Amino acid sequence: MSLSDKLFILFGGISTLLGIASVIGFVLSRKVTSESGRATVDNLNARIKAWWAMVAIFAVSFALGRGVTVVLFALTSFYTLREFISLTPTRGADHLPLVAAFYVLLPLQYWLIWTDWYALFTILVPVYGFLLLPSLAALKGDADEFLLRVSRIQWGLMLTVYCISHAPALLTLDIPGRPNEGFLLLFFLITVAQFSDVMQYVFGKLFGRTKVAPVVSPSKTVEGLVGGGLSAVAAGAGLWWITPFTPLEAAAMALAIVAMGFLGGLSLSAVKRSMGVKDWGTMISGHGGVLDRMDSLSFAAPVFFHLARYFYT
Amino acid sequence: MIDLLLIGLTRFLVGGQAQWIGAVPDTRQRIYFANHASHLDTLLIWSALPRPLRASTHPIAAADYWGRGKLRRHIALKVLNAVLVDRATQGPPGAALAPLRGVLAEGESLVLFPEGTRGSERLPGPFKSGLYWLSQEFPEVELIPTYLDNPSRAFPKGTFLPVPISCTVRFGAPLVRRPGEEKDEFLERARTAVSTLASDPVS
Repeated sequence: MSLSDKLFILFGGISTLLGIASVIGFVLSRKVTSESGRATVDNLNARIKAWWAMVAIFAVSFALGRGVTVVLFALTSFYTLREFISLTPTRGADHLPLVAAFYVLLPLQYWLIWTDWYALFTILVPVYGFLLLPSLAALKGDADEFLLRVSRIQWGLMLTVYCISHAPALLTLDIPGRPNEGFLLLFFLITVAQFSDVMQYVFGKLFGRTKVAPVVSPSKTVEGLVGGGLSAVAAGAGLWWITPFTPLEAAAMALAIVAMGFLGGLSLSAVKRSMGVKDWGTMISGHGGVLDRMDSLSFAAPVFFHLARYFYT
Repeated sequence: MIDLLLIGLTRFLVGGQAQWIGAVPDTRQRIYFANHASHLDTLLIWSALPRPLRASTHPIAAADYWGRGKLRRHIALKVLNAVLVDRATQGPPGAALAPLRGVLAEGESLVLFPEGTRGSERLPGPFKSGLYWLSQEFPEVELIPTYLDNPSRAFPKGTFLPVPISCTVRFGAPLVRRPGEEKDEFLERARTAVSTLASDPVS
């Protein structure tokens, strides 16, 4: 089966799933009358609509090739970093580090991925960004809350630029006997991570009783985590044929993605809570901000990238 | 064409979505008065207004910034419909208001920054008296307090490049005129009306 055949089947399958979800959402919107039920169904339908848009964007970028995919993720990093910094208190003296973060480090990170400069893209933000940003901030001569301010920007950059950029970096992996199949690994990562989010939400809504972390993230439940996680692992195992993995390895990879995704969601909930907000923004109707959808992926991408690179290239 | 480009760039960089809290978009004659923190402010309010309002609303812009350079001047005058005022004008009190009176006399709306200069704080500083004189001379014009959230972070005074930090433009309820109110009292009330919008109403 050729690469384009596989992609055709995959996007066809996802469209079918979303089609079914849309029909269910439509039927529910006709049937549910209670007020709280309405709110849930409206939110569900807004999410399904946003999913259609996101799948369409991914399909187009996959079809147009690596350059466009890299640009798409660079834009994702841009918007998530914007959301992160907007909610993070910064002051005048942080301007120069922010200019460097947005206009130098972010484009440079994606340029390195585009040119497949592995040795530099894995250390650009954690080493050179780490050294550059406090230097620029210190030049301004404002020592008030210095460590806190510098740490916030570094953290935002690590999360939204460094971590997320590991997703398109999958396209640079050279898997023996499988040229250009990085796209399929990217598809695997995104599908498992997002499917896990969706199924955790669904299982949580249906059976959720026991809260995992009542203080940090009241909406996460043990039932949701187990049900959603197992569904995503099963879905990952079922996708083994598009990857270099055996079904069992695919399940293990999916488990790693689910676990990291869960930890990412949890950590970012804690960050949001500490900032006193519920969502990162309002960009995607029903979902909140872009970062609300990318939190699990940002934690899962580097781990999945390194597992795939270490064991399969 | 260039206006769409400017709006697109503004949205991409700093968002600048409008939140109509106490007023609704309306073509009736208004003075929007806002806190002033950056050179983005004029652009932010202009791009937050719906298209039909944009055509009849004139932001006041500092001649020493927006009047400099061919491109900037063209954008200020032809795209933003701005009225350039020279902040250094010396003369009898109120002389600097002449071009603003002209706009109001023609039935068009104004965007005003009553602080007169950019501040670096979240809340506006003391207002200059221009708003008071205009509100006396044109009693029919609605006075809309406007709060710009974040431009002082996105484009602080003394920097050359704005950074992408989301800004919002909040339009509050019209300021009611009280008969016989003293100038200072009125200006303080106007300033409070803008400051009140600063407390984040977004859930």
